[in-house]
Amino acid sequence: MSMDMSQFIEAFLEESFEGLDHMETELLALSEGDEETLHTIFRAAHSIKGGAGTFGFSAISEFTHGMETLLDRMRNGQQEATPEIVNLLLRAVDVLRGQLQAARDGGEADPAEAAEVRALIEATLGEDTPAPATGGGSDDAGSGNADGGDDGASGGWRIDFRPHADMLRTGNDPLRMFEVLEELGELTVSSQPDGLPETLEGYEPEASYLAWTLELRGDVERADIEEVFEWVEDECDLTIEPLETAGDSAGAQAPADPPPDGSGPESAPAGSEESAGGAPARTASKPTESSSMRVNAAKIDALIDMVGELVITQSMLTDISEQLEEDPSRVEQQIERLRSGLAELERNTRELQESVMGIRMVPIAQVFNRFPRLVHDLSGQLGKQIDLQMEGELTEIDKTVLEHLGDPLVHLVRNAIDHGIEMPDERSAAGKDPTGRVTLEAYHRGGNVVIEIRDDGRGMNSDRILEKARAAGLLRPDQTPEPHEILQYIFEPGLSTAEKLSDLSGRGVGMDVVKKNIRGLGGNIELHSEPGRGSRITIRLPLTLSIMDGQLLKIHDETFVIPLIAIVESLQTEPENVKQAFGKLPLYRLRDEYIPVVDLAALFGQAEPTPMPDRALLVVAEADNQRVALRVDDLLGQQQVVIKTLETNFRRVPGTAGATILGDGQVALILDVAGIARMAAGRDTRAA
Amino acid sequence: MANDATQSIQDPATAGEDQYLTFILADEEYGVDILRVQEIKGWERPTPLPNTPDYIRGVINVRGMIVPIIDMRLRFGMEPLEYGPTTVVIMLRVISEDRERVMGIVVDAVSEVYSIGDDNLQPAPDFGTRIGIDFVRGLATVEEKMILVLDIDTLLGPGLIASEDAIREEQGA
Repeated sequence: MSMDMSQFIEAFLEESFEGLDHMETELLALSEGDEETLHTIFRAAHSIKGGAGTFGFSAISEFTHGMETLLDRMRNGQQEATPEIVNLLLRAVDVLRGQLQAARDGGEADPAEAAEVRALIEATLGEDTPAPATGGGSDDAGSGNADGGDDGASGGWRIDFRPHADMLRTGNDPLRMFEVLEELGELTVSSQPDGLPETLEGYEPEASYLAWTLELRGDVERADIEEVFEWVEDECDLTIEPLETAGDSAGAQAPADPPPDGSGPESAPAGSEESAGGAPARTASKPTESSSMRVNAAKIDALIDMVGELVITQSMLTDISEQLEEDPSRVEQQIERLRSGLAELERNTRELQESVMGIRMVPIAQVFNRFPRLVHDLSGQLGKQIDLQMEGELTEIDKTVLEHLGDPLVHLVRNAIDHGIEMPDERSAAGKDPTGRVTLEAYHRGGNVVIEIRDDGRGMNSDRILEKARAAGLLRPDQTPEPHEILQYIFEPGLSTAEKLSDLSGRGVGMDVVKKNIRGLGGNIELHSEPGRGSRITIRLPLTLSIMDGQLLKIHDETFVIPLIAIVESLQTEPENVKQAFGKLPLYRLRDEYIPVVDLAALFGQAEPTPMPDRALLVVAEADNQRVALRVDDLLGQQQVVIKTLETNFRRVPGTAGATILGDGQVALILDVAGIARMAAGRDTRAA
Repeated sequence: MANDATQSIQDPATAGEDQYLTFILADEEYGVDILRVQEIKGWERPTPLPNTPDYIRGVINVRGMIVPIIDMRLRFGMEPLEYGPTTVVIMLRVISEDRERVMGIVVDAVSEVYSIGDDNLQPAPDFGTRIGIDFVRGLATVEEKMILVLDIDTLLGPGLIASEDAIREEQGA
C-alpha cells in the first residue's frame, strides 16, 4: 500500500505547490471586490486542505482551514481585502509552502511562524464574528452530550470513526457515508492507519483496519450526523464532538504527521528556513529538480496522432516490399511508391522528434510567476514604488534550462530593484514617474529563447565600473575600452559597484556567478545601460540542452563537432602572424592578441605532432574567457546535433562534451573548448 | 551467425549449468555468460576517443546509443589482427556497482554455445604473466578443447574504463 500512496502523495504535493503559486499570483493581483479572483484563491486553498486531510498531513489541513475560512468570508463580502489581510495571506502561503516542502523532503517546517500566522488569522476571524461558541474544550463530549449549546450553531463537529474489523462485510462503505457527510457541510477527512497490522501475517483482506478522523464544518445538526452512521452504530466506535473554537488551538500547532510512506520528518533544526522579514523562503532554499513533470494533454494527443501516422507509413512500406517480391516486373512503379513512402517516413520522424522534444518544453511563466511576490516584498522593504510588467510568459523553454534559470533571474531582478530603481522622491526630482518600472520579457528568436530584464532606473555608472575594473587589475591604467565594453566588466569576479552594501546586495550570488550559470546553460548575457534612463540585460538561451547548434570540422580524417556558440571566428593564417614560443609552441597573432594554436590530433594522442604550417585553417574558439585556435583540415557544414553523453556506457572523456550521431550513422565527438584549453595549457611543451 | 551457434547447444537448460557463448582469439577459445550477450554485430570502424589505451578502439552508434568498443586481442596483449569479414563485435551488458553499461568486444570470430556446469569449471592456474587473472572465472574442457570462461564484469569493469588519472590530471591543470 505504501508504494501506491507515495505516488498519490507526490501528485498531491505537486498540485499543491502549483496551487500555492497560483494563490500567490492571484493574491498579488487581488483588487477590491474582485470576486472571481477570490473564488480562485479559495478553491486552491480548499483543494490543498482536502488533499492534506486525505493523506494524513493534519498540520497542513488544520492550518489551511483557517485560511479557507478567512477566504470564504472575503468572497462573501464579510471581510475586506485590505493590504494587511493580503500580506497575512501571503505569509500563510509561505508557511504552507514550508510545510509542504517538509512533507516532501522530510525535515520540519518552522512551527513558530506557523503558529504565529495561524493565531493572526484566527484573531482576524475572531474580530468580527459573533462570540465564539461556548465551552471550547468540553472534555465530556465523547459521552455524547447533547445540550442545547452544542447542538448545531457551533463551527462544526469532529467525528472519530473507528469501524470494527468486520464492518465492511456487512456491505457498509465508509466512502459513501463520507459522501453524505460532505453534502452537510465542509468535510475534512484524515485517515488513522495505526490500526493496520504490522505485518501481512494474519492480514484479512476483507477486514477493516483503518480509522478516520473527520471534521465537518458548517451549521450541522448532530442528529444529521448520527443518522449517517445509523446503520453502522453497532459495528464501530463513534465519537462525535463539537470542534474546538478559534483561538484555543493556535499554540498547539503540531508538527506535520509523518506521511504514510515513512519518509517522515527527520529532526532538522527548527526555523532553518527564513521566514518573516527576509526574502521569501523559497529563494533561500535550494531549488529542487523534480523528476516528474506535468504535460499538457494536447501535446500527448498530438504525439499519439503522429505515432498513428507512423504506423500507417510503416505498413505502406511493408506493402511495397511485398509487392516487389510478388511482382518484380513493376519495379519502376514500386520504387516511385517507395520514394514517396520514405519521404513520408522522414516527415513523420521529424515531426515526432519535434513533438517529443516539445514535451520537455514548459512555459517560462513557471519562473516568472515568482516575481510579482518578490517585487511586492522588495518594494515594501526598500520603500520604492515598482510596477512589474511581464511579457511573453507563455514562451516555452526546456524544463532543465528553466530549473536552472530561477536563481540568476532572481538576482538580476533584485539588482534592478535594489540598484537600478531610485527612491520615489529621487525619481520625481529627476522628472520621472515616481513609480519605477521593471519589465521581464521572454520571446523566441532564431532557435534561442531571449529573456530581457529592463528597468527605467538610474542606469549603470560606467566611470565607477571602469575605476573598479582598474582597481581589480582587470584593465591596465592606459587601457580605455569602448563604453559598452566597460559595462561588461560587471560580469567579472570581484566587481561589485554597490555604493553601500544593502541587505540585498550583500547576500546571494554576484553577477559573475549569474554569467557563469547562464554560460553553463549554453547561453550568453549582455548588458546595455544609459545613465538616467535605465538598464537592459539580455539573456540568450538555447531552447533545449539536448540539442545544440554545431559546426562540423574535419581534423585528421575525423569529424568533430564544436558548439557554434564557442566559435569566435575562422580564418586562414597569414604567414607573418604565425609565431612560436619555447621552440615548439605555436601562437597565432590575431590583431593584438596571441592565441595558442592547438594540434588536436596530437593533443588527443591520435597522431604525432606536426609542425605548424605557414598557411593553415584555424578556428578560434572561446570558453571561460580563454581562447584557443584549433588547426583544422576542413570546415564542414553547420547543423543541429543531438547531444549524447559518453558516460552512459563509458565515462567522461576529457576534451569532449559528449558525442552525437551524424546523418550517416557515424559517431562524432563534441569538443569541449574549455577542457581543450586546459589540456593544451597543461602539456604545452609536449604536444602543441 | 548467432543462429549457427545456438544450434549446438548440448544440453539445454540443465539445472546447475550455465550457457556460455564462446569466441575465438588466435585459435584460443573464450566463453562469456550468454545471458549478458545483447547482440552480435559485424565490425565497423569506430570513432576513436582521445587519450585512451589502444585497446579501446572508440565508440560506435548502436541504435542511437553510444557504445565503446574494446579489442580483446589488444586487451590481452596479443598480436593485433587485421579486421576482416569474420571479425565480429559482441555486445555485452556489463554490470558494475552503480549501473549497467553496454560495451562491445572485438573478437576473431564467434564459435559455439555450450552448457557448462559449475563443477566442470576448474580454477585458473597462476599464469605467471603480467596479465592479471582475476577476470578468469575458470577453465572448462568441452570436446577436448580448453575454454577460458571470463568474468566480464571484472574484465570490462571500472578498472578498464577509468583512467581516472587522466581526468584528475585534466581537472587539476
